[in-house]
Amino acid sequence: MQDSNYTSRKWTNRIMLGLSGTAAGLVVVVLALILSYTLVNGISYLNLDFLTQVAKPVGESGGGMRNEILGTLILIALGSLFALPIGLMTGMYLSDFAGPRMARFVRFVADVLSGVPSIVVGVFAYAIIVRPMHSYSAFSAGVALAIIMIPVVARTTEESLRLVPHAVREAALALGISRWRMMLGVVVPGAFTGIITGIMLAIARIAGETAPLIFTALGNAFGVQGLFKPIGALPLQIYRYATSPYQEENQQAWAGAFLLVLLILIISILVRWMSKRKYHG
Amino acid sequence: MKPLLSGNKKNSITRETSFKGLGNTGDRIFSNLTLLFSIIMIVLLLALIIILSIDAFPAIRKFGVSFFTSQSWNQVQESYGALPAIFGTLLSSFIGLLIAVPISIGAAIFLTELAPGWLREPIAFLTEILAAIPSVIIGLWGLFVLVPFIRSPVESWLGSNLGFLPLFQGPPFGVGFLSAGIILAIMTIPIITSLSREAIRAVPDNQREAMLSLGATRWETIRRAVLPYSRSGLVGATILGLGRALGETMAVTMVIGNSYNLTASLFSPGVTIASKIASEFNEASSELLVSSLMALALVLFIITLLVNIVARYLVRRMTATSTTKR
Repeated sequence: MQDSNYTSRKWTNRIMLGLSGTAAGLVVVVLALILSYTLVNGISYLNLDFLTQVAKPVGESGGGMRNEILGTLILIALGSLFALPIGLMTGMYLSDFAGPRMARFVRFVADVLSGVPSIVVGVFAYAIIVRPMHSYSAFSAGVALAIIMIPVVARTTEESLRLVPHAVREAALALGISRWRMMLGVVVPGAFTGIITGIMLAIARIAGETAPLIFTALGNAFGVQGLFKPIGALPLQIYRYATSPYQEENQQAWAGAFLLVLLILIISILVRWMSKRKYHG
Repeated sequence: MKPLLSGNKKNSITRETSFKGLGNTGDRIFSNLTLLFSIIMIVLLLALIIILSIDAFPAIRKFGVSFFTSQSWNQVQESYGALPAIFGTLLSSFIGLLIAVPISIGAAIFLTELAPGWLREPIAFLTEILAAIPSVIIGLWGLFVLVPFIRSPVESWLGSNLGFLPLFQGPPFGVGFLSAGIILAIMTIPIITSLSREAIRAVPDNQREAMLSLGATRWETIRRAVLPYSRSGLVGATILGLGRALGETMAVTMVIGNSYNLTASLFSPGVTIASKIASEFNEASSELLVSSLMALALVLFIITLLVNIVARYLVRRMTATSTTKR
């Protein structure tokens, strides 16, 4: 009796531990499946034309996503331009200037904002910019992406600034400099790697965002025409081409996906490498 | 998502030696400047809530409660009801979590309790990469790889062997709730895994040692000591994953089939709030339709807001108790 109980416990143990290992393995397998399909399919349809040519009309083969690649870079730059001042300053406010109650409130707002579904952000950007200006625009898409970026940058900046030891702040103040000089001259440089890591994470996040672009950037067959005109974007074009009935366009979607995944893999690996060198004081 | 977990206690150290009131003009300007930018963020969120509410108002006023109970989405008769979209959002997220939670918690257990040291960080890194892959690419993969596989063998097999269940009835389209659920599982596994890992890691070692010293097997230790101790953290992780799944747009739009109906079958094409907005907003011409879509966005915003607040509370409570008990 005792013996068989022991055996069954031992087997339960083995089975359950085995299952948990299988679960971890499954996660790795799923990632491998997605990456391998994207990379293998993508590279077979990727060529120089894809990077240098503009989209051809349906039915003609060839053509590329030059405009969309350029568009995505512009949108990332616009989003960062709007989001970085707000995100960085909010991070500094949270770590060094806010009272505990205010800090809790601002942090709550940042958390709520980061939980807003990106499609809702897109609808909002449409309502405040596209509709009153009567035009889809790169500008409105930049604002939508910035709204997604702000809370990420704010929270990672705050965390990085907090990692700078308090003694460093006191040492700076003891030399008689004012607090804002201490922040910009001593604390921010100390937390620099961490802050940059946060910014890169935020960029990786917005680089692939599609939902908020559908009714802000819209896409533009004529290339990049200016800040207040519609603009193409890589993820948007991947979506359109993926759901298109034409095989040539499906293939271009895979090639676009390859580029996007490559960009995000590079950023992730850089972030990983950099966060090993964060401030440990 | 790590920043969300850290306690707020550290801040008090900074506060004790802050020099509020003593600062010179430069300090006051800079401090107010940081406050000003924080206020911009707060205003953005308020504006989002207000604008959505204003734009949703015409639809809510016209349809009243029936907006939430009606199944029709008819542009000719101008009658719009949200029920199929709300139902589809909840159903697809539920299927997603049903698949994601056991896998995530299993993986988290493996990563914290079982895996040898050299294996932990690489697997954790791979999970992070899975989290970073854009939704549209998961959708592309889902559409061209997963959906054909689901159509046959999975759905045709389930249909012919378990077709008597209402869950598995109807023709195997491939696109539909089953595919959407699997895609959502893939997209929520990374966040649930990493938060569960944090929660399990916060369990003090003496809890494990006590169980092991009583002669428990490792699984019994996990089952009776580790999991109960980290329960609120695990629930929080799950609910945060739910918040992610509810608002997920692109990948779901690409594999769910976009058909506006209520159904009990997992094979059936369906719709979610996010996919409805994504596929219809640009073409919406009538003001009432735009307002109805705005109302859908508002509903989605409110649901995810509530879900996120509950999750944050649970996760925070978990990390708070673990630091005091240590």
